[in-house]
Amino acid sequence: MPTRAEHLRLSLFTALVLAVSGCAGPRGTGDLGLVIERATGSVQVVDTSARTRIARIDGFGDLSHASAVFSRDARYAYVFGRDGGLTKVDLLTGKIEKRIVQAGNAIGGAISQDGKVVAVSNYEPGGVRLFDAGSLAPLAEIPANGANGARSKVVGLVDAPGDRFVFALYDAGEIWLADARDPRAPRVTKFSNTGKQPYDGTVTADGRWYLAGLFGEDGLALLDLWHPAAGARKVVEGYGRGSQPLPVYKMPHLDYIAAAGDRLFVPAAGRHELLVVDARNWKELARVPLAGQPVFVVARPDGRHVWVNFAPPHNDTVQVLDSETLATVRTLKPGKGVLHMEFTPRGEACWVSVRDDNLVRVYDTATFAELAALPADKPSGIFFSARAHRIGQ
Amino acid sequence: MQPGIGAGLMGAIGALCTTLAAAGDVPPPRQVELRQMLTQDCGSCHGLTLKGGLGPALTPEALAGKSPASLRATILHGRPGTPMAPWSPFLTETEAGWLVEHLLNGTAHAHAR
Repeated sequence: MPTRAEHLRLSLFTALVLAVSGCAGPRGTGDLGLVIERATGSVQVVDTSARTRIARIDGFGDLSHASAVFSRDARYAYVFGRDGGLTKVDLLTGKIEKRIVQAGNAIGGAISQDGKVVAVSNYEPGGVRLFDAGSLAPLAEIPANGANGARSKVVGLVDAPGDRFVFALYDAGEIWLADARDPRAPRVTKFSNTGKQPYDGTVTADGRWYLAGLFGEDGLALLDLWHPAAGARKVVEGYGRGSQPLPVYKMPHLDYIAAAGDRLFVPAAGRHELLVVDARNWKELARVPLAGQPVFVVARPDGRHVWVNFAPPHNDTVQVLDSETLATVRTLKPGKGVLHMEFTPRGEACWVSVRDDNLVRVYDTATFAELAALPADKPSGIFFSARAHRIGQ
Repeated sequence: MQPGIGAGLMGAIGALCTTLAAAGDVPPPRQVELRQMLTQDCGSCHGLTLKGGLGPALTPEALAGKSPASLRATILHGRPGTPMAPWSPFLTETEAGWLVEHLLNGTAHAHAR
């Protein structure tokens, strides 16, 4: 039986151990995320519960147009930089675990269903490269030579069920489906003439439908991943109704498809409009006039609201729409250079990067009150670890 | 600031002064805006470091042999059939000319970040 003094000594010792081991002891990563600071080539690790930065990490190279995916244990993030850099970061220690420069010019990446393979899409040399998610050792290369033989830039790379990766060839106008169950020898199925100048692609939350946005024509390219043998087809064709498209001062992005029930919300290219598509038949249900050329269209996780940001000169605005009535619920003016929006996993808050204010603003999604404004150096992409468990992210 | 960056900056400022003397009618505050536009807005497609992205690289090497007049016209009127948009709503002829010089002599590249 320990004496009172021994008890005291014991609890003091316990307190000391906790203090030395970094105060908090073991913790999860489910409420952590990354904020890309593109001008300085650095990344912040943020805590979305405390709404604070917990680490800032340098040494990522050129992070213009950077994006990230997460390991299935949500401990590691893989950051894809413009300069071809692929960097594996440990969210818990706030350290770079491994970094390679795998190409001359890259645009994004994906992680396989089983979490074992990281794929990167490259502009230069055009194609996709596969890496071991643990060691970042190279596994395979898929050069993107279109049907005409010319090398193409690759966009819209996502993962799909069955350890597959899907991506689009910008110059060739093709969609390719790579089965990476044997990641050293991926089997590629190619779909040609799928639409001119696909600028990005995404997959529905269930991983069934791959959708590529087209810049070169009015419409979207669609591939049913349950029935790839049926081929790709064009949907929502001619949404411009033959009129001259408006200039696009920044390309729209299809980061993660915005959905509410059977409705999908897609940015129009060259129109200041949001396309509302019926996911049951892929027909246009409605279109909503917007404040400018939409860039990101993201749905709150419950689908009730859709948030949209814009290309210059309207990049100081976020328009929030009601997914049912399609009315504008609120127009926010977070500041100049709104680059990205990311909802917390269950959507009670939305984090918005405001480049020229050097801030990430956190909004309450019910009241639109600003909950926090966190300093960040020219922030661009915001990526939360909940992406680890979503298909296509 | 690292000494290398400082020297690079001085060189860039020197080159900029030469540019200024040549195309002297873009006032310095507007030059700051134009440089910001070049990095951030042109940079969305051509890369923040102007080494290319969905759009081609805009480095002096990549632009070698192209006439300043045709480059100016591309900036102002865009290139049909490509995503290159006409920037004439935001730029005067003189400003587009200043950007072209800035790109061709490499000072834009030195600034881009």
